[in-house]
Amino acid sequence: MKKIVKVENLDCANCAAKLERALNRIGGVSVNINFMAQKMALECEDGRYAALAEEIRAVAARVEPECVFKGL
Amino acid sequence: MLIRIIAAAALYAAAMAVYFTVEEMPLYGKIAMFAAVYLVIGYDVLLRAARNIAHGQVFDENFLMSLPTLGAFVSGELPETVAVMLFYQVGELFQSYAVGRSRASISSLMEIRPDKAVVLRGNGEETVSPEDVEIGETIVVKVGERIPLDGVVAEGESYLDTSALTGESAPRACRAGDAVLSGSINAGSVLKIRTEKAFYDSTVNKILELVENVAGKKAKAENFITRFAKYYTPAVVGVALILFLLPSLITGEWAEWGGRALNFLVVSCPCALVISVPLSFFGGIGGASKSGVLIKGGAYMEKLAEAGVFVFDKTGTLTKGKFAVKGIYPEERADEILAAAAVCEKESTHPVARSIMEKCPVSAAEGWAVTELSGMGVVAEKAGERIVCGNEKLFRKECIKHEQLTNENTIVYVARNGEYLGRIEIGDEIKEESKAVVAALKAGGLKTVMLTGDNERAARIAAEKIGVDEYRANLLPADKVAAVEELIEREKKVVAFVGDGINDAPVLMRADVGISMGAIGSDSAIEASDVVLMKDDLRGIPLAKRIAKKTMRIVRENIVFALAVKGVILVLSALGITGLWLAVFADVGVAVLAVLNAMRTLKGAKREGLQP
Repeated sequence: MKKIVKVENLDCANCAAKLERALNRIGGVSVNINFMAQKMALECEDGRYAALAEEIRAVAARVEPECVFKGL
Repeated sequence: MLIRIIAAAALYAAAMAVYFTVEEMPLYGKIAMFAAVYLVIGYDVLLRAARNIAHGQVFDENFLMSLPTLGAFVSGELPETVAVMLFYQVGELFQSYAVGRSRASISSLMEIRPDKAVVLRGNGEETVSPEDVEIGETIVVKVGERIPLDGVVAEGESYLDTSALTGESAPRACRAGDAVLSGSINAGSVLKIRTEKAFYDSTVNKILELVENVAGKKAKAENFITRFAKYYTPAVVGVALILFLLPSLITGEWAEWGGRALNFLVVSCPCALVISVPLSFFGGIGGASKSGVLIKGGAYMEKLAEAGVFVFDKTGTLTKGKFAVKGIYPEERADEILAAAAVCEKESTHPVARSIMEKCPVSAAEGWAVTELSGMGVVAEKAGERIVCGNEKLFRKECIKHEQLTNENTIVYVARNGEYLGRIEIGDEIKEESKAVVAALKAGGLKTVMLTGDNERAARIAAEKIGVDEYRANLLPADKVAAVEELIEREKKVVAFVGDGINDAPVLMRADVGISMGAIGSDSAIEASDVVLMKDDLRGIPLAKRIAKKTMRIVRENIVFALAVKGVILVLSALGITGLWLAVFADVGVAVLAVLNAMRTLKGAKREGLQP
């Protein structure tokens, strides 16, 4: 499934790139963050979304604790 | 944040006043005083640095700022340290302000998102969010309001301002039964519209998604810069460490080399580098959309700027894609010929017949018995009179003497009572701007190629008229893909294909850059193309190319500028010539300048002119 999520409070474009790299290291999900649009496109298998959303939040809390996902 | 900066600046001024007036101040007093100001202005930076290190994120901006200022503080440069931190925070604030501003101005360019829909439910009107309207419900759009969802006019007659969708400023009439697109503004009177699509699938949402390019491919330049930043920071920090250790071990001047190494850390912040590139692309895409050119992402902006070959589909792209009377010969008998033909073609639904009727200003005479002969033409009879109107085959069958000729047009012969009157030539009209656009592209050093399913002769005549470098005739849709592949192979250049998006989706996808024209409202065309011209006007091609080139120039300027300033300041810091001040400038100052430069992309490019 594909989903577009709003990402707020990303400090800078480099932080966005860092977060994108970290999230793409999670297996089974492909993530593309657009810093300017403050949005993240993610693609994963249908059934795994809930578990992956949890993991995305956990990784983000470590890499970029300030960012907030809306609609994840 | 602004308040905190002002407060800190005031405290700093007070501290400086005390520092310079009170001469016998004990050292610990000074330290306590400046440390307090330092904490006021920089506590969040320190906290974040500590927290991120705890998370294993060492090389971030906060740490790279904290260590040098703390280092400078320890080495006794009290006033400087606080000033540098203050300067840094001002720069950060300014940077985030600039990014916020540019975000806002880009989204205002695309301010076509409807925020509400008035829907008829039960006995009254209900105002809801457009997402909550079901397909098949009836919405009411008052004058001056934006149509929130795609649908069909159920009641009312009005004019629509579609400029946000097509860039076309002339209002478009609509009445019951007409399809209307979301994003248009109702400029006439109240309309009731039966929705045909959910908000998510409506044109306005499609356009916004496309422009925000959330899922789009990132440009090479953007990938380059983020990857560069990934190695840049650790490398500079590594060099800083060497710069600190090696000369210090030799000379013993720990403080001096330590200071220089700390400068390095400040310069090693990657932000200015990284921000400028996506911002430039975002601005460029926003600016382009303002001019009616939707570009699906930075990657295509880049490709479009590089494109060296423009391949055009003929019908519907270089030509209007509809039949029209091109000439009636002999010209002095034109009215008579047309009137006779109109008698025959009045009721026919054939496109050729429709084009003749379009040309005929008076209504045709009544009372004729009309026989349509499939594949040949029409015969009309009334009270012993007989009009024959059709092609060569029909005229041979009727044994009427007529001219023999072939050219790129379809020819309809007309005869009355066995006497040959003349012929009407019908053809697909070349768009007014085709020739000028092709000439401009060629003048810009670009190659132009025309693809068509027409026969060789018709294709050659059209190609000569339009002035393309090359043409390919007799192509089936699948052959067009092969033709584009062959051009990619042969020319070794980026190949752009321009089509109307209706039956050339495979070609649009195969080309390096697929450009569709006037296809707003067609999902499959939008899906298949990389660049969508909202208006069916070829002048959008040189305009799009111009915008792409300008954006890429700004992207390159920003990369070169940021790298150059950082490089120079790194060298000067290593030599001990510049201090923390300039290092902070190399970080936030450069970022702000790059942001300002990137904002130039928002203006798009000069609207007029054909120069690519």
